[in-house]
Amino acid sequence: MVDKLNDDIGEEKRLQLWEMMLKLRLVEKKAYDLFLQNLIKGTSHLALGQEAIAGAFGVALKQGDYTFCTYRGHAHTLARGSSIEGVLGELMGRQCGLMKGKGGSMHLTDVDKGVMGSYAIIGAHLTIANGTALASKYNKTNEVSVCFFGDGTTNIGAFHEALNMAKIWNLPIVFVCENNLYMEYTPIHEVTAVEHPAADRAGAYDLDKIIVDGNDADEMLRTAEKAISKAREGKGPSLIEAKTYRHSGHSRADPGKYRPDEEVKDWMENKDPIKNYRAKLLDFNVNEKIICEIEEKIKDQVEKATEISMASPIPEIKEIYTDVWANGGSEWHN
Amino acid sequence: MAQLTYRASVSLAIAQSMRKDQKVFFIGEDVGAAGGVFKATVGLLEEFGKERVMDAPISEQAILGAAMGAAMTGLRPIAEIMFSDFLAVCWDIVANQIAKTRYMSDGQINIPLVIRTANGGGSKFGAQHSQSLENWSMMIPGLKVVAPSCPSDVLGLMDSAVKDPDPVIFYEHKSLYAFKEEIEQTDISIPIGEANTLHEGKDITIIGLALMAQRAKEAALILKDKHDINAKVIDLRSLVPLDLQTIKKSVIETGHVLTVEENPRLCGWGAEISSLISEHCFINLKGPVTRVTTPHVPLPSADILEDNTIPSVELIVNEVIKKLKGE
Repeated sequence: MVDKLNDDIGEEKRLQLWEMMLKLRLVEKKAYDLFLQNLIKGTSHLALGQEAIAGAFGVALKQGDYTFCTYRGHAHTLARGSSIEGVLGELMGRQCGLMKGKGGSMHLTDVDKGVMGSYAIIGAHLTIANGTALASKYNKTNEVSVCFFGDGTTNIGAFHEALNMAKIWNLPIVFVCENNLYMEYTPIHEVTAVEHPAADRAGAYDLDKIIVDGNDADEMLRTAEKAISKAREGKGPSLIEAKTYRHSGHSRADPGKYRPDEEVKDWMENKDPIKNYRAKLLDFNVNEKIICEIEEKIKDQVEKATEISMASPIPEIKEIYTDVWANGGSEWHN
Repeated sequence: MAQLTYRASVSLAIAQSMRKDQKVFFIGEDVGAAGGVFKATVGLLEEFGKERVMDAPISEQAILGAAMGAAMTGLRPIAEIMFSDFLAVCWDIVANQIAKTRYMSDGQINIPLVIRTANGGGSKFGAQHSQSLENWSMMIPGLKVVAPSCPSDVLGLMDSAVKDPDPVIFYEHKSLYAFKEEIEQTDISIPIGEANTLHEGKDITIIGLALMAQRAKEAALILKDKHDINAKVIDLRSLVPLDLQTIKKSVIETGHVLTVEENPRLCGWGAEISSLISEHCFINLKGPVTRVTTPHVPLPSADILEDNTIPSVELIVNEVIKKLKGE
């Protein structure tokens, strides 16, 4: 049962979070549909089922804060307020895409929204996120940097280098491990020396061991707000391990057959963050009409954005030769 | 007028950039309190303090990642990778992240940073602390590649590298740290992408970089004094951007070209230059372009082995004579 008398979150923020998560869910579903229609090429890594983590941080962060995510980054990008057509257009290789087709699904970037890039080689972006955090400290400004990554990242060297550096320099940064139990196709526990791949390593860097149910949106929001406040107050980095599960396979090419049926069923039916949050909203006496209106609004937004993306022209071929250098070009000799 | 070593010019160049722009900071291993393992950054910590001169752990990925992230916000970091060989442990950050992020983001992100690193042989350090790796970075779109051959070039090119809106890898040659030069003006700027002529001549064009440019110059003096051969020595100063016009102008005059590279043979920078010359100056050539390189081996350590692996002045002289006189 929910404790309605001690509701530290409140209806307004809860609806904001609900709307955010729903948007992430419906855009990912649309991305999947567009893949099936062959309107999106290349690969895609969907965050279906993991929306509460990106959603909670999206609600908790302020404008000007920096976020870094992985190739599974559509949700994290949208969570900062990037346009749906910017994301879908990029996936479809259209001019309306965030990077006009130069980056693709795995590299979504929207600097105006604080989305400092999506990184497709495991580990690197933890070290890069330290850099924006270092800049905030250097400039004595109070932005917070947040870096999302998967459980598999905890076994690469850059993870350890980045945590150590963040700690010794007391950087305003929050590292968020989305532990969806599988490192690509392999159960993470089979390839990791400790039970909790991120949290059990926290002590090595004098960080608190923080484990949260990443599918409980309220808990996720509380955890995010606490870590962000700590960073903003100059009290240093945090490492959060959020347990979650992806509803689909690792990538477009992966049906996820290596996961036991019962396990998948349990997570889909009993632990779906969206489904559970909708029920929670009703528990908190939120008028179902409002919930339905939000659902209709988001569906409509996604459809409209899809139409805009499909109508957007494809990039001009000359774009190949632009923006290698700050002068806009790609020349390397005179 | 003061005599300045290449080593001292590095710390002076960094200090001058830091004095001019508060956005410039410096990060690396043993760079602050220790003054650098080559003593090329002595005095910086004392002048600028710990906030701007940061001693980092042995974490090359974290060093370059932090520099990249800071640069993305508009700061202008100078990061040191102690030996260029160590670039291999952070090559993801260099080649995949720093080099490509501007392009992939459709120009949303600039990365104005300088990676300075001690490069090249001559110190008998063996194969993992002596490599000449300019060609590694040359082949990656999005990186500018600078390699100064003398103290004044260190000063002038560092000034430009720090001001450059794009990432610059600044290869300092270990064997040049003791090289001295009389310098009148230290606060100078040399545009990146302009080659320098170290010796005038119309019989042959010798193209070098860093230590090899200095050896080519020494060879040119011998060729003139003892063999009546006038060689034009072009110090490229940077591989990207490349001053092709200066090369072309000289090749049209001389018709003979020799590149002198410290890197092992395969895919060394001279191969690209040779290709450009055959594309642009084929009718002017009087013979094939000759490439003098380190042979395709890891660098050995013992005196006699290393000395006979890296192109020497004597080798350059002999190759030129062989080429022009068939001896």
